[in-house]
Amino acid sequence: MEFTLKRKKKNTIIPGFSLTLGYAMLYLSIIVLLPLAMIVVNTLSLSWSEFIGIITHPRAVASYKLSFGSAFIAGLINVLFGTIIAWVLIRYDFPGKKIIDGLVDLPFALPTAVAGIALTTLYAPNGWIGQFFDFKISYTPLGIVIALTFIGLPFVVRTVQPILQNLSREVEEASASLGANRFQTLVKVILPELYPAMITGFSLAFSRALGEYGSVVFIAGNMPMKTEITPLIIMTKLEQYDYVGATAIAVVMLVGSFVALLIINFIQWRINRKFNY
Amino acid sequence: MKKKKRLLLFFGIISLLLLLTACGKEESSSNESSNNAGENKTTETSEAKKTVELLNVSYDPTRELYEEFNKAFAAHWKEKTGQEVTIQQSHGGSGKQARSVIDGIEADVVTLALAYDIDEIALTRQLLNEDWQKEFEYNSSPYTSTIVFLVRKGNPKNIKDWDDLTKKGISVITPNPKTSGGARWNYLAAWAFASRKYNGDEAKIKQFMKDLYSNVEVLDSGARGSTTTFVERGIGDVLIAWENEAFLSLKEFGEDEFEIVTPSLSILAEPPVAIVDKIVDKKGTREVAEAYLKYLYSDEGQEIAAKNFYRPRNEKVLEKYKDQFKDLELVTVEEFGGWQEAQKTHFADGGTFDEIYQ
Repeated sequence: MEFTLKRKKKNTIIPGFSLTLGYAMLYLSIIVLLPLAMIVVNTLSLSWSEFIGIITHPRAVASYKLSFGSAFIAGLINVLFGTIIAWVLIRYDFPGKKIIDGLVDLPFALPTAVAGIALTTLYAPNGWIGQFFDFKISYTPLGIVIALTFIGLPFVVRTVQPILQNLSREVEEASASLGANRFQTLVKVILPELYPAMITGFSLAFSRALGEYGSVVFIAGNMPMKTEITPLIIMTKLEQYDYVGATAIAVVMLVGSFVALLIINFIQWRINRKFNY
Repeated sequence: MKKKKRLLLFFGIISLLLLLTACGKEESSSNESSNNAGENKTTETSEAKKTVELLNVSYDPTRELYEEFNKAFAAHWKEKTGQEVTIQQSHGGSGKQARSVIDGIEADVVTLALAYDIDEIALTRQLLNEDWQKEFEYNSSPYTSTIVFLVRKGNPKNIKDWDDLTKKGISVITPNPKTSGGARWNYLAAWAFASRKYNGDEAKIKQFMKDLYSNVEVLDSGARGSTTTFVERGIGDVLIAWENEAFLSLKEFGEDEFEIVTPSLSILAEPPVAIVDKIVDKKGTREVAEAYLKYLYSDEGQEIAAKNFYRPRNEKVLEKYKDQFKDLELVTVEEFGGWQEAQKTHFADGGTFDEIYQ
């Protein structure tokens, strides 16, 4: 299993592999790996039992449930409605289509705090939308899901869109001419093509929602055990100069989202195999 | 062998990177305040100290106060020494501001909400002496404030005092003591009231606090956030707030919508000021920084504080604004053994505030 650099060089036609790989590694190290390593290094000053004590504190545990749960729900909502939006944008022509297409990206560009304040105002009991409901939306987990859905929408639309674009109509026509009805075509022909993109979109929206702070903190209400998101717990620790405790919780978030992404990737791999891509 | 070499190379690169980031950190920290530092250097050489810049790192509700005060001080300093002084202001949550000073923002003076936050700068970075609070009169707090209630016009729920807040069906708005300096004053004020009421019976005090906080509907992360929730979102029957913040809401949104209720007992909030010794010595701005903070105690400084709804220390000025500031019994944080002690028993992880939400 001895691979020498020389042999590799001979094998590739395009030059510059080692240079670009070196650059990629350096860049990733500085931008991604080092900051993440700092988090772990910071927590290392804790003893194991202290670490466990911090991360299993009832308030912290309640916040994981809320953060992961609402990010998951928001991801699911986005997959459903994001795919529909992508479908409409690709398959139909209507006036103002370009504008709607542009609107999808707005959550990307908007500062999250602005989004949070705007959503809170809308869904507050005296807000434009909130006043029509008998129950509270702002300051409840429902409000959190709304905020997380808002910021995650573009991820699904933008990953599903190009796949839909490239889907050839002939396949659909073939399935129709073989006697499939519209529903069968959708479930057996179109959706399988879209699953990988939908799952990618979901995982992007999910992981983005998980770490979201700015937009959620205004609408959440921040009540301990009820509507306190994990990023807020991290902030409260920092506010008390407890850097180590904050990074300990951050490590949990990091590991948790890593595991979640791993599971999602595994599902994607299974689906890919099932439909033989 | 080859593997070893590669491993060595890998570690070499990593340590190089660490070095690079370390340098970068230093550079960026000096960069952040380079605006004043850089200009200082040039002015020192060419214009012989004709102008000087100060950075005042402060907390949220003092924005309006220092805007007015800085103008007055600049005029005063120009008249006295002929030197132009420009003061940059930085505002944010008190804890966050202290952290940015700890992390390297070169503040000449800090004017924060809690002595605890300045203590933390002194303890972790030794940027100033640990007994900084003795440097100026009145615990280095040129102005004080207290905690009052803001209720909706006509006081429909008839809220008069702290124990009304624990009643069923009252919705209370206050920020989270874990993230907001102001909220810690709120918490301690309520505690002090309960302590009087129950003669220091701790179990009963805790029950009182539990009842109060179970009426809290939204715990915002900062004092301004709570004000917005109460005033603009229309949530809650009562906002526990800084007195100056309550007056400001009244001024901004009109007295036909809200009323201030002064409880029978509250806490004497002493927002302290301090010179960041190491930084003024490095920049050579000690003289002007000292004059800046001293000027807060002058008649004019006290007047500006009173106009911005802070209680002045100066008796004469206080007398003049007597109608604005109601008399009430005020306890000090000393009753809780000082800020370090109060922080430990009440707000640190596992403290009494955490017990409330267990």
